[in-house]
Amino acid sequence: MPPARSWRAYPQTYRLEAARCTKCGKAFYPPRLVCPECHNRTFETFAMKRTGKVVSHTVIRTPASAFSALQPFAVGIVEMDDGPRLTVQIADVKFEELKIGLPVRLEFRRIFSEGESGVIQYGHKAVPIRQ
Amino acid sequence: MRDVAVIGVGMQKWGELWEKSTRDIFVESALLAMDDAGVDRLDAMYVGSMSPGIFASQEHLESLMADYLGQKHIPATRVESACASGGLAFRLAWLAVSSGISDVVLAGGVEKMTDVSGGQATHALATAADMKWEGMSGVTFPGLYAMMAVAHMAKYGTTRRQLASVAVKNHDNGLLNPRAQFHLKISIDDVINSVKVADPLNILDCSPITDGAAAVILCPADHVKKFKKPGVKVIGSGHATDTIALHDRADLAALKGVGEAAARAYKMAGKKPEQIDFAEVHDCFTIAEVIVSEALGFFPAGKGGPGAEAGETARGGRIPINTSGGLKSKGHPVGATGIAQIVELTEQLRGEAGERQLKKARVGLAQNMGGSGGTALVHILEVM
Repeated sequence: MPPARSWRAYPQTYRLEAARCTKCGKAFYPPRLVCPECHNRTFETFAMKRTGKVVSHTVIRTPASAFSALQPFAVGIVEMDDGPRLTVQIADVKFEELKIGLPVRLEFRRIFSEGESGVIQYGHKAVPIRQ
Repeated sequence: MRDVAVIGVGMQKWGELWEKSTRDIFVESALLAMDDAGVDRLDAMYVGSMSPGIFASQEHLESLMADYLGQKHIPATRVESACASGGLAFRLAWLAVSSGISDVVLAGGVEKMTDVSGGQATHALATAADMKWEGMSGVTFPGLYAMMAVAHMAKYGTTRRQLASVAVKNHDNGLLNPRAQFHLKISIDDVINSVKVADPLNILDCSPITDGAAAVILCPADHVKKFKKPGVKVIGSGHATDTIALHDRADLAALKGVGEAAARAYKMAGKKPEQIDFAEVHDCFTIAEVIVSEALGFFPAGKGGPGAEAGETARGGRIPINTSGGLKSKGHPVGATGIAQIVELTEQLRGEAGERQLKKARVGLAQNMGGSGGTALVHILEVM
């Protein structure tokens, strides 16, 4: 991945920065330039809380080449407590534990390394919150 | 706006066509369509192709295909809208004729997918998702539709067997289509016990990787008598988008973009879902056919699974779906799929569908979509 494509998204991928529409209050991750709900163009940036719950899930058993070292791995759509939804890997989970409503926390993890030089891409994965 | 008719169709057998190139398979099908219509000169051409740049290291397909089709200097356009590229090429060809700017227009589609590895093909297809905000999770297209399936099962009680019944039915239909990639009878148990791809979807829930092309010829409806065959009229065209990322949709168990496109096509056609005799729909995965059959109004939300299992969508059922074998059995060369649906509609409406021919085929509907439903096309065709 070109370095600029990684680093220009650091505020979101490293710090979970989202944007809340100043008119209708809906929160977006990643930030947008225009609100699709009310067409307002001003937002306030905030860092999302790291907690949320799984709203759907699957286990990827035949990934694209870049993720082949991880297979099989769990992926879910997570609804953050702040509102936005993300598609993320679910790590440290037994596949039979996957269920809608599963509470999770986003943790900063290595996503994959690429190329001969092994440049590492970081991002967030969801991990179940165990009582 | 002029009324528009389809006057010719062409499609060769689909499959793993190692000995043929992208241009070979497109030109063969385009020539069949031109011969079927009895034309040798086009006014314009629209070619649906999702990713020749990745699959064949070739962009600028419109020039290449016009050149190799022997249509010197015609205006040609390559259309990309992921797996809906063919459906959108058909809509643009319809608009070109309807507007009066062109008379004889070819709408085609092509994808040559087997020259790259399975991992590369999976990557090429994944670019139809939001590569940054979905793709970085490693989710695949089977994975996105699997998450729709999990949501649909939780919301409506849709079962594993109901999903499997879609694949069984489409493979049964494909047995009667000489151009289908697979001629393979399968059972519910075969689907349920096949290799897992993205839980709960197995390999027999998924459409395959395919090489293939298809083409149709359109002209103004009042010119039809000049050509060889009876025309079929395009009475409705609907096109809509939805969020690129599945996760940004409030209801993961619905396809709102498909519903919007369908509403526009039904309105233009002056038809209701119950007036449609049969449909070709985008069954890239079994769950897709279930949700689409609900979005098109053939079943209430949540009833698509039980309807499929009860045989309501089989050839002898209330609303036959995918008499061609669908993407599942006929194959899914992504850019060609939307055009192949129009080929099947036209052959059924002309009474030329051979062993697949339906007794009642006067109004047919084609639904094609891209990504996880981020683009949707619906067309309604009627006998003239």
